[in-house]
Amino acid sequence: MSSADSVLDPKTSPTFPIAAKTSLRDTQLRKNVRHATEVIQNKRARVVGEMPDWQQLRESGKQIREHAMAHLDYHLEEFERNCTRAGGKVHWARDGEEAKRIVTELVKQHASPENPEVIKIKSMTTEEIHLNIALEAAGIKAYETDLAELIIQLGHDQPSHIVVPALHKNRQQIREIFQREMNLPELGDKPQDLADAARRFLREKFLRVNTAVSGANFLIAETGGVCIVESEGNGRMCLTLPDTLITVAGIDKILPRYQDLEVMLQLLPRSATGERMNPYNSIWTGVHEGDGPRNFHVVLMDNARTSVLADDEGRQTLNCIRCAACQNACPVYRQTGGHAYGSVYAGPIGAILTPQLQQLHHAQTLPYASSLCGACYEVCPVKINIPEVLIHLRNKVVKQKGPLNPEALAMKTVGAIFKSERRFRAAQRLGRVAETPLVGKDGWIGWLPGMLGGWTQVRDLREMPKETFRDWWEKRGKRGN
Amino acid sequence: MATETGRALDTSAARTEILRRIRAANGGTSDAARAAEQWAAIERDYRRTATRSREEILELLEDRLRDYDANVVRAPEADVPAAVARMLRERGRRKLLIPPGLKAAWLPEGFEFAEDHGGSPAELDRFEGVITGSTVAIALTGSVILQNVAGEGRRAVSLVPDYHLCLVRVEDVVETVPEALDRIKGSATLPTTFFAGPSATADIEMTRIKGVHGPRFLDIILIS
Repeated sequence: MSSADSVLDPKTSPTFPIAAKTSLRDTQLRKNVRHATEVIQNKRARVVGEMPDWQQLRESGKQIREHAMAHLDYHLEEFERNCTRAGGKVHWARDGEEAKRIVTELVKQHASPENPEVIKIKSMTTEEIHLNIALEAAGIKAYETDLAELIIQLGHDQPSHIVVPALHKNRQQIREIFQREMNLPELGDKPQDLADAARRFLREKFLRVNTAVSGANFLIAETGGVCIVESEGNGRMCLTLPDTLITVAGIDKILPRYQDLEVMLQLLPRSATGERMNPYNSIWTGVHEGDGPRNFHVVLMDNARTSVLADDEGRQTLNCIRCAACQNACPVYRQTGGHAYGSVYAGPIGAILTPQLQQLHHAQTLPYASSLCGACYEVCPVKINIPEVLIHLRNKVVKQKGPLNPEALAMKTVGAIFKSERRFRAAQRLGRVAETPLVGKDGWIGWLPGMLGGWTQVRDLREMPKETFRDWWEKRGKRGN
Repeated sequence: MATETGRALDTSAARTEILRRIRAANGGTSDAARAAEQWAAIERDYRRTATRSREEILELLEDRLRDYDANVVRAPEADVPAAVARMLRERGRRKLLIPPGLKAAWLPEGFEFAEDHGGSPAELDRFEGVITGSTVAIALTGSVILQNVAGEGRRAVSLVPDYHLCLVRVEDVVETVPEALDRIKGSATLPTTFFAGPSATADIEMTRIKGVHGPRFLDIILIS
């Protein structure tokens, strides 16, 4: 896997078409991704199908998220006030660098000075800012405790899916990683054996390490509470046993009121893992005497989310609750897997979120990593119109390149040709002559020169017909013969 | 060092800037009155009440819990100790942890029950299991909700031991998620845990594997 040893950073990753070519050659990866996405999709379809009020839940989910974003300043201040009153400490970070500095400083304050370590719950937000690298640079050991994240960490790999980050690995590959990294040469490859090995490997860390780092699924403004949903119980371990808990959350994670959980806790598990409810949900508010951490910190991170909010058409991206249903449904993701997107956010949501979080300075090819089929929109539990945002971003990418970029020039030229019948006919004649050396025996063009090559990079082109419709129509005469 | 730490963690400038950016993006400042008014206007046409009979709701809960590989039995209040004893014997558990405030009348003779007194995680790990009550159960999702109250205890108690026997009173069983949240909204700020079956993962080839870090074995007694 090409991206195995590199970090998924949109600033340095290859463009999607180049990275996708590498992924498409990895038949094992494609097999694993196809299997996993098929299983989740089927499970999701079954449990969504049993909800007669699914469309009403989606509509409410959408409206709740829109409302949360429209009053984000108020709700964040509410959250801060209520969390602080309950004994939590709230910090604010304009970007990933600030968030990493705050977390590192907090860990240094609370973890044991001679051997600073933290246990971590799977958090795409901390993946987004590459927190583990910053912790390591500060001499802090971070143990990922989610099974998939453990596989990724021990395998020096990168997440390829928002909910099931190691879905590109099969059991034999996971066994090899565990055999090597946990020093278990006899380990079998039954999923149960592998999960048992992870349990033993992490149990001692849960009981010993006194500082934990988490993300958040929801921040509840009304109560100052935080909600995390999970399956394995590693989350509960990290949230409950250590003395200190540091939660890193994007400012978009806010929910206005506790009651809004009644919608989100129905939409999220069915969409994400195809379960009626996650095995575990945890909700806690600040610090509770005699139950859980004595020190609780929340880092509220912007990291360009406010720039997404400022874009009228793009801002619906922030409504995302990270269920990954769009990834599982996407015909492009299902072929390439997640690494090709060059970001921890892969699939359709990644194709709109990543370029916007990069303020379109990077990842400009991602809005094109879609056939606009609309499957993502259909499964989205909060009705984000991803195809609409993709087109909007394509437009922005083209505009950003200025009036002299090839695509804008080509469109302008085509416009001029279409305006005049004479020019249109001349262009058709010219095209038939010019294509002759490029057409294969089968009547298909597989390669176009120069800038036109962008079109044939991912598809073949039919040769132009020998006769146009207009020519044929004129030849057939008045009586139709 | 202390002043340096203090500086690094004074994030008020970031706070001001983020709120400024949000207000610029949203075209103004929001406030409590506007937020409340618009929140109330959110459409909520999904199901918020039960549609099944009481018996159907209980059967649905049992069905869902069994689907998650939990053992479920029903017992009238007077028979609870006998049902507990039967389950503990079947599971081969003798030394059990109980949270303060668990109803003593539910516990049978012949076992060792130790009340939680805030011991370390390693101490909790030495117990063969834990018995707790519960606050609410949701039939539609097969979930049981625990809060930090008498008989349910702190979160670590129902997490570290490998076996959890949970007692659910039938009057605490609701059909839908909104009904459950409505019941606990008054105690929303208590530490709260929802569980649906024993701990599980599907991270390896999407195969559901029971028992990763939370209790690997779960029994439920429905008290009627």
